[in-house]
Amino acid sequence: MNPAPALEVNNLTKIYGSGCRKCIENTGPDHSRNVCPVCGSVVACADITFDVMPGEILGIVGESGSGKSTIVRCLHFDMEPTGGAAYLRCSGNDSGNENIFLLNSQRKRAVRNLHLGMVYQNPQMGLRLDVTAGGNIAEKLLAAGWQNVEKIRDRGGKLLKRTEIPLERMDEAPRNFSGGMQQRVQIAKALANDPDVLLLDELTTGLDVSVQARILDLIKEIRRSTNAAMILITHDLGVIKLLSERTIVLKDGRIVEMGLTDQILEDPQHEYTQLLVNSVL
Amino acid sequence: MMLTELSNLAGTDSGALEGYNFAFLDEFTKREIRRKILKAVAIPGYQVPFGSREMPLAKGWGTGGLQITLSIIGKSDVLKVIDQGSDESVNAVNIRNLVSRMTGVGTTSDTGRATIIQTRHRIPEEPLTGDQIAVLQVPFPEPLRTIEPSEQVTRRMHAEHDYSGMWLHLYEDIVKHGKITIGARYPCLVNGRHLMDPSPIPRWDVPRLHKSPVIHLFCAGREKRIYAIPPHTAVEPLEFEDYRFETEDFGGKVCERCGSSDTFLDEIIDDATGNARYICSDTSFCEKRQRGEDV
Repeated sequence: MNPAPALEVNNLTKIYGSGCRKCIENTGPDHSRNVCPVCGSVVACADITFDVMPGEILGIVGESGSGKSTIVRCLHFDMEPTGGAAYLRCSGNDSGNENIFLLNSQRKRAVRNLHLGMVYQNPQMGLRLDVTAGGNIAEKLLAAGWQNVEKIRDRGGKLLKRTEIPLERMDEAPRNFSGGMQQRVQIAKALANDPDVLLLDELTTGLDVSVQARILDLIKEIRRSTNAAMILITHDLGVIKLLSERTIVLKDGRIVEMGLTDQILEDPQHEYTQLLVNSVL
Repeated sequence: MMLTELSNLAGTDSGALEGYNFAFLDEFTKREIRRKILKAVAIPGYQVPFGSREMPLAKGWGTGGLQITLSIIGKSDVLKVIDQGSDESVNAVNIRNLVSRMTGVGTTSDTGRATIIQTRHRIPEEPLTGDQIAVLQVPFPEPLRTIEPSEQVTRRMHAEHDYSGMWLHLYEDIVKHGKITIGARYPCLVNGRHLMDPSPIPRWDVPRLHKSPVIHLFCAGREKRIYAIPPHTAVEPLEFEDYRFETEDFGGKVCERCGSSDTFLDEIIDDATGNARYICSDTSFCEKRQRGEDV
């Protein structure tokens, strides 16, 4: 029997602007544009349908502006989608059969605090840089109802150790940390509540290669030791090749190709994927 | 000055100054404020916006408390006004005189005799009863303001019961200082729902709000907010399992005047000798003890 997917996304659509009936049919890879010529709205993504299994890493690649980040930000409730549904089917989530986009904001916050973890490309977005590294992790735990400082610090220490941050810097603000360290604190924070779904948005972009390698190792270690479903957003095919089993290729806000990562890299079907693969290799 | 004007100043039979509406505010204003008080009582700890009026007192000097007092006061009431425990500070005296002249009601410094007690930064030591109303002057009604500058965001946080930012603030305090360092304005959860600023009362007074038989009305005139703790409502200071809320500890010091060791003490440094002296912050209570009354 196949296990149930941890996350199911159906027809996710996000349009910036007033939107019109012609928006969807006038944009997309066939038109090579994501701005509707009729009303001028930007179709960031449309008709995005996919699912992720527990313990699986799903890669999403595409050029800048193709709508990658919009997908995970909608899933993390950082922005409201224009349409579509998502179902989070994990144990302990009482809203498993409800479209999470339609939950009220209090329940959305509960889903985010208890079941989701997010790592942004820019640590400034995911961390409070002036709050201590331990405090950043504590924030997630406090939101989930932890009320014992000793236990919070214990958990924070373990997570920082796992992400290779020296414990003596636990009570220092991440503002004083290097970019790679900030990114590792962000990962520790995202892992604080043992998330069922981990959203990774360009987590190695802008870091030098040796730091990149250690962070990718860390993600591999997390995959081995947890059962979290992960969505990995990147424009770097190397990262996709290393980490993800399945990959979605995005262009102008639409899925142009979806399948096993090996297949997509070795035998790309869509014109754009071919271009993408050839530009790297 | 004309004779008629002089007789006006002398007051009417009831003792209230003529030429003004009873209790200074017009009846529509009183009605609005009473309606807002009812709403505040219905949602304990929730800050109800109201149209704060210009008062003959500078904003920030108790205009909120004054508006509540003037809206609820009746001819048979007896008023007590204190400022940090003292009946005799300039602010308390002036507010008491103003209300007295505008209503003709009697005033007292005896906590037990008062029906309305307007206070700034203290709750009287003598236990209040269900027949009394406590009116607290509030400078900053928003407990989340220390962590979030935007009113729009703090309102959303209250609506969603999202207080993790305040918990984080306490956690950081413990990490940096080994304990929670908030002195006055200690954030409290009211009725298990709304986080409330109990006004700058010392931590000493916070436990006395919990399930108190008294109705506590809070009003910030400058910030235009009314909130309330109805009688017998749970008021719990935020605390961790291993870092509990603590009241001030005076290390065994006693009041120099009445010898009390169970009251909130003011520390007064003698300029000449540099020595610290300790006296009760609640002057009326201290005097009662000095007279040997059983309080």
